[in-house]
Amino acid sequence: MNLYRYASPATFHPLAGRLVPWFAALAAALAAAGLYISFFVAPTDFQQGEGYRIIFIHVPAAWMSMFIYIVMAFWSAIGLAWNTRLSFVMARALAPTGAMFTFVALWTGALWGKPMWGAWWVWDARLTSSLILLFLYVGYMALQAAIDDPRRADRAGALLNLVGVINVPIIYFSVKWWNTLHQGASVSLTRAPSMAQTMLWGMLVMALAAWMYTIAVALVRARTLILERERQTEWARAVLKEEA
Amino acid sequence: MSHPPLLSAQDIACERSEHTLFQALGFELGVGEALLVRGGNGRGKTSLLRILCGLSQPAAGAVHWRGAPLAHVHEQYGREMAYVGHVNGIKDDLTPLENLRLAADLGGRVLDEDAAVAALERLGLGRCLDLPARVLSFGQRRRVALAGLVTAGALLWILDEPLTGLDVHGVALVEGLIRDHVLAGGMAIMTTHQPLSLDGLTPKSVSVGD
Amino acid sequence: MLRFLIAVIRRDILLAARRRGDWLTAQFFFIMVTSLFPLGIGPEPAMLRTIGPGVVWVAALLACLLSLGRLYADDHRDGSLEQLLLAPYSNALLALGKAIAHWIINGIPLLLIAPVLGIQFGLPADALAVLVLSLAIGTPVLSLLGGIGAALTLGLRGGGVLITLLILPLYVPVLIFGAGAVDGTLSGTGAEAHLSLLGAVLVMALLVAPWISALALRVSVE
Repeated sequence: MNLYRYASPATFHPLAGRLVPWFAALAAALAAAGLYISFFVAPTDFQQGEGYRIIFIHVPAAWMSMFIYIVMAFWSAIGLAWNTRLSFVMARALAPTGAMFTFVALWTGALWGKPMWGAWWVWDARLTSSLILLFLYVGYMALQAAIDDPRRADRAGALLNLVGVINVPIIYFSVKWWNTLHQGASVSLTRAPSMAQTMLWGMLVMALAAWMYTIAVALVRARTLILERERQTEWARAVLKEEA
Repeated sequence: MSHPPLLSAQDIACERSEHTLFQALGFELGVGEALLVRGGNGRGKTSLLRILCGLSQPAAGAVHWRGAPLAHVHEQYGREMAYVGHVNGIKDDLTPLENLRLAADLGGRVLDEDAAVAALERLGLGRCLDLPARVLSFGQRRRVALAGLVTAGALLWILDEPLTGLDVHGVALVEGLIRDHVLAGGMAIMTTHQPLSLDGLTPKSVSVGD
Repeated sequence: MLRFLIAVIRRDILLAARRRGDWLTAQFFFIMVTSLFPLGIGPEPAMLRTIGPGVVWVAALLACLLSLGRLYADDHRDGSLEQLLLAPYSNALLALGKAIAHWIINGIPLLLIAPVLGIQFGLPADALAVLVLSLAIGTPVLSLLGGIGAALTLGLRGGGVLITLLILPLYVPVLIFGAGAVDGTLSGTGAEAHLSLLGAVLVMALLVAPWISALALRVSVE
């Protein structure tokens, strides 16, 4: 199998088009199953009552926010090393979804924090690092938006992404260190008390749904970006004519 | 000319925001030869010169200096090539002489001050040696940049519109400069919209974007 | 190689010396921002002593960013950046030289001003010494990382604001370790751990940042 064939925009565009409905359907099915488990199967927590159920959104979103940034850095590195335009497109297509999940993680964290800690925002190490991760996503997207030339936007974004990914562990470590030194805020979002088996299942299914959703949305976005960039070429014109 | 070509471009193509400016462009240049790049506005003359300098990468093809790709001989090429672009690359806060001294420092050379003054005087800047470049006219600043070519001692000159902003006298001076350089065994690549007369020297020519 | 590095540093210092007005702006910004905090918060000495290290450090980050916007922009505008990139030496060396020059021109003055500002916040002598030491290790990191941002945003509309968006999140560890060192001295837990971590960050930045800045310059100039 020739992998390079799939790296060509003209091949990738229709292939991605065929894959999108499958991933979208999987995302919907998994989300339905996950939500069912989280709301009806998982038991009520004896300490936190029903409010804890927000972790079924919060934890998968937090996982995805971190993971997507790493995947973006992977594509950026490939793009810089082998000069494959599709890799840059993938990195770029993932960024808004990553930012969205980071935002969701922060938002649900605040919603959960209010009943748990009595405050919307606690300078907990994880929340703080998530906030900085959101800044990194915003910086990446702002840089992409400010550059008109797609070739430069791709490369500049990729470099920033790589600098960011080297920094993420350092930032995380420094924030954690800062957190332990200052207030004794020992409450941590993921140290959920005695997680029941079904809770874990619910979170895993929801995480898978988030995965499938991310792939579907990134493919849709990548298709649009490719068409926009290749609009001068024969095949892109044919596609555009067909869709019009 | 029996010299082997020092600079060669094979099949180079250039793209600017999804547009192909030119493709399959190639030439060879040896010592004692000059090359004139022809083409209308926005056809990629400057882009070609920047590729030949090594400032940007061609979308396809390769440029070789002494048989090696430019990226591999960055340092050697930096010593043997001098570039004067659209903007002059001189600092407004420094005097012409300080500018040349700075360029020499950065190129790892020791500036021969007498030769530098002579070069500036040859280009008609004798009266402005102690003035900051800020107060010089556009044409005078252009002349400072071109005087830098003489003191750089490079083999290959790459000049983007060297004659813009120069008066009749200045044009003649610069034409003489280029001619002397090439006839003395140098090389030059340039673009120009103005007629260029290099007595006793017929430049090769290459066209972009027809 | 060393010669080129020194040539780049001397060049930037010479140019800064010819434009002292620009240079003073960032220093006065640093002084003013720190002086605004007591006005906003109130003059209780205990409170000021607690927030002092953080305020001085945050102001140092901002002052540094203010001057970073022009690190490559002037050279880009007048075409001398192209000449610098074509010089017969590695572009990473150029980026390193520019960062060192930026630190000498903008970082060292911060070190000299900081103790005075620290006194305004009622910091004791040992904390002042640690403040200067932490700035001495930390500000080079700001110049090195900031160079990447300056190179990436070269010639863009709103580059000055954009660079803060790109670079401030990357400054978080420096801020935490730098301000933490002074806090450690104040609270008696010691500053060594913070300072060694800051040193480790500096070593990493020295090894990585010049290369990435060089790549970014290439991308932006193309």
